[in-house]
Amino acid sequence: MDHIIIIGNGISGVTLARHIRKLSDKKITIISAETDYFFSRTALMYVYMGHMKFEHTQPYENWFWEKNRIELLNAYVDAIDTDNKCLKLANGDDLNYNKLVIATGSKPNKFGWPGQDLKGVMGMYHKQDLEHLEVHAPNKDVCNRAVIVGGGLIGIELAEMLNSRNIPVTFLVRESSFWNGVLPEGESEMINRHIKNHHIDLRLSTNLREIKSDEHGYVKSVIIEETGEEIPCNVVGLTAGVSPNIDFVKSSKIETGKGIKVNRYLETNIPDVYAIGDCAEQHEAIGNRRPIEAVWYTGRMMGETLAQTICGNRIPYNPGHWFNSAKFFDIEYQTYGWVFGSKGKPDYEAHFHWKHDDDTKCITVAFHQDTNEFLGINTFGIRMRHETFDRWLTEKRDVDYVMNHLSEANFDPEFYKRFEKDILRAYNNQLQTVSS
Amino acid sequence: MSLAKPDAQDLSKKQKLSVGLGVIGLFILVLALFNIKLPNSVTFLTLALSFITVGTILFANDAYLSKSKGIKNDGVWFKSISSRGTLGWITGIVLTSFYIVLYFYEGLLGAATDGGENTGLIALFDPLSQLLSGRPASQWFVYGTLYTIAILAFGYKFILKYRHNRYEQIRTISVMFFQLAFAFLIPEFMYVMNSDLPYYDLKNVWPLNYYNFEQYRIDSFINSGTIGMAMLIFGIVSIFVITPILTFKYGKRWYCSWVCGCGGLAETAGDSFRHLSDKRQSAWKIERWVIHSVLVFVVLMTTAVIYTYLGYDANKYWLTRDVFLFSVVGILTLVFALTMIFKRHELGKDAKYGAIGYFVIIMALVGFHLLSSETKLFLFKAETLRSSYGFLIGAIFSGVIGTGFYPIFGNRVWCRFGCPMAAILGFQQRLFSKFRITTNGGQCISCGNCSTYCEMGIDVRAYAQKGENIVRSSCVGCGICSAVCPRGVLKLENDSMKGRINPNEILLGNDVDLMDLVNQK
Repeated sequence: MDHIIIIGNGISGVTLARHIRKLSDKKITIISAETDYFFSRTALMYVYMGHMKFEHTQPYENWFWEKNRIELLNAYVDAIDTDNKCLKLANGDDLNYNKLVIATGSKPNKFGWPGQDLKGVMGMYHKQDLEHLEVHAPNKDVCNRAVIVGGGLIGIELAEMLNSRNIPVTFLVRESSFWNGVLPEGESEMINRHIKNHHIDLRLSTNLREIKSDEHGYVKSVIIEETGEEIPCNVVGLTAGVSPNIDFVKSSKIETGKGIKVNRYLETNIPDVYAIGDCAEQHEAIGNRRPIEAVWYTGRMMGETLAQTICGNRIPYNPGHWFNSAKFFDIEYQTYGWVFGSKGKPDYEAHFHWKHDDDTKCITVAFHQDTNEFLGINTFGIRMRHETFDRWLTEKRDVDYVMNHLSEANFDPEFYKRFEKDILRAYNNQLQTVSS
Repeated sequence: MSLAKPDAQDLSKKQKLSVGLGVIGLFILVLALFNIKLPNSVTFLTLALSFITVGTILFANDAYLSKSKGIKNDGVWFKSISSRGTLGWITGIVLTSFYIVLYFYEGLLGAATDGGENTGLIALFDPLSQLLSGRPASQWFVYGTLYTIAILAFGYKFILKYRHNRYEQIRTISVMFFQLAFAFLIPEFMYVMNSDLPYYDLKNVWPLNYYNFEQYRIDSFINSGTIGMAMLIFGIVSIFVITPILTFKYGKRWYCSWVCGCGGLAETAGDSFRHLSDKRQSAWKIERWVIHSVLVFVVLMTTAVIYTYLGYDANKYWLTRDVFLFSVVGILTLVFALTMIFKRHELGKDAKYGAIGYFVIIMALVGFHLLSSETKLFLFKAETLRSSYGFLIGAIFSGVIGTGFYPIFGNRVWCRFGCPMAAILGFQQRLFSKFRITTNGGQCISCGNCSTYCEMGIDVRAYAQKGENIVRSSCVGCGICSAVCPRGVLKLENDSMKGRINPNEILLGNDVDLMDLVNQK
């Protein structure tokens, strides 16, 4: 019987294991050094905020794994010997596989800042990061101020977490506006204001020069690159993006770049070795996607896909229309299709932007300026229906159609105030202005 | 994991003062309880009730109005009261004791005996009862008043907590209205109009209102002329007409989280405990057996009670024993047959066994009766069934456990495990209703907020992460799963029956060919 070993018990590896089990009787082992059981990484923030306990982040009860004959092994893989199809574990054991899937996810980036390994400096990715944060920032008496370095999704979540315990936060963002490498200007600026409304000390266009230590090796302060200002703090959160967590692969014959190089079938250069999720790097980017997609949904899709291949129905990873979501403090964000910020925006992409007066809701609709084809939508503070936009994208609807049928896509709870009429009016006005 | 106490969970000064005010209000009630003579009961009752109300309102104002609109669950699992800490246990024990006294030792509250005057806590409420209906208070009047104040004050708090969410606000205004008007004021005014009428909270439908068709009530309905007959007919119409129509259109939420008093208290005063419900699959299994057993119990009990008194005076009631018994058998057989014919593929194995088992038991009991000359229907005397139901289910389950254990087992223990009304509505909701919770394509991140905050203990995430709509008997449609979802995945909807249940192995967003291949197998 084939023994499938999956390294990593995140969404990619677990989805894969579940689907292999549905399709076959193969022996499945999942190895993780982080936790015994699968948990939702995106929910770690809610544990620190007191919304949930850690066990609530586990999507399956503990009996699930035995019932489905998925073996769980808490171990750390030191090295992979692909010639002998053997894993070298840190505890000295060897483990043989027939097929190996690497799904080890990401690790937080560190850019060689002086002091980046001091006590009190941490990323916010692993369960262990959460435990460190609980030690170094249990409350505002132990942690008088925290500095977050890097303005992405994890950075703003960490800010929200610390804010929930009334710990003052300084948020250093390299870009001139929050996440504007991805978000169009109007949205990014609305989020800037929303961050500041939560009493976060947001510093845009600001870089970290160094982290200073006290006499015991703990963080004492940070120095700002541009001004030389020293900000006293007890915790530094490094949230300047993530990169594939593949150091243990580098000694093997498996080809790596930034991540583990895979083809469209999620196969590496070595037969019977695959990589999925955040740690996989496509040779060629798929459509507008990045070669490395560090997103929950894409990890899940790769798991769904690879299960077919491993069970004898070899199919390529061929994701449908792009979608994603996030939450910035109180503002929910969803995106369907492609909407680019000023960086990387194709020449043909035009935008319609609408923002509500209360400064917590806005949408940006992207369309092809020559053909009027609808390309994508970003929506903030208004929930929209995935299925509807997926269908419209497949049908290649034009932007007028989408704007006139926007109410069909609404997914807000019942009795919520609706804004489609306001949006349509603004859209029609804008068209008149453009054409006159 | 936490080494030091998270600081943000401390109460602000204003909140401490508000709690203090509320505690003084409660303390006045305790003084009265211990029969300490308060000089002017009107003044002290007013002070007590307004301190409790104003304390709760000021607390809510400070807790929510000073912050931006949004989900307010910070520190829920750190606070002693809401995480089964010391305060939670103390509250649970105090509430449980209160219910035991209320149901079984009303004398301790100061209930009058043998035509004497009320004393203690109940005497304190005499002026209010006199004002409303011109009679002295009873322990049930005291309980009703406190219950109503709890729903109103904590309803206000809930509205502020969810001031970004109009579904929650409107729903809460609805339960506040139905409690104040239907449960509290209207029955008092009806008594003033016609003192022969039994106490009747019109929104309290059989079988939740399990005593509605007992002989003393039927007699007083019949003896009270047109209004009495109208109430009796309304009671029957609510079961057989109003309930099925509304449940078909909106799901059981129209009752459980918009109208019902038990639900009203759970959603307002009980809101701080909603996350304590047990989410394990084993709890769900127990729930299905217990709640449907209670339903069978109440059907048997009510049938036996009505059957028994129909025989006492054949001329008084137009319904004869045999017509009644065969109507009950007919309705049950019809429901059983229709379900088995049209919906058997939607039932789990244990549901089929349970349905068949209970159907056989009920029919066997009726058969025994017809073949024997015993006066006892269903082996037991009707009175024995009635009093055991009243004690076990009416008092112990719905009161002592259902509400007393809020801080330990969550706020919907009764609704989830015990309420026979919820069982009937849930049965229809699962099989014949337009209501569902829609999941939004592939957007779920399995975070678990929905499951954690489901007061009915539904593992919402298990469905959402499969892109599957949630169609569950127990869902009361409170809408909190949708509210706490950080990615906009869940939406309560009434839509067509077709495609309502839609499990998916591959979620939206992946390869369309793969979705076709796997999902349509």
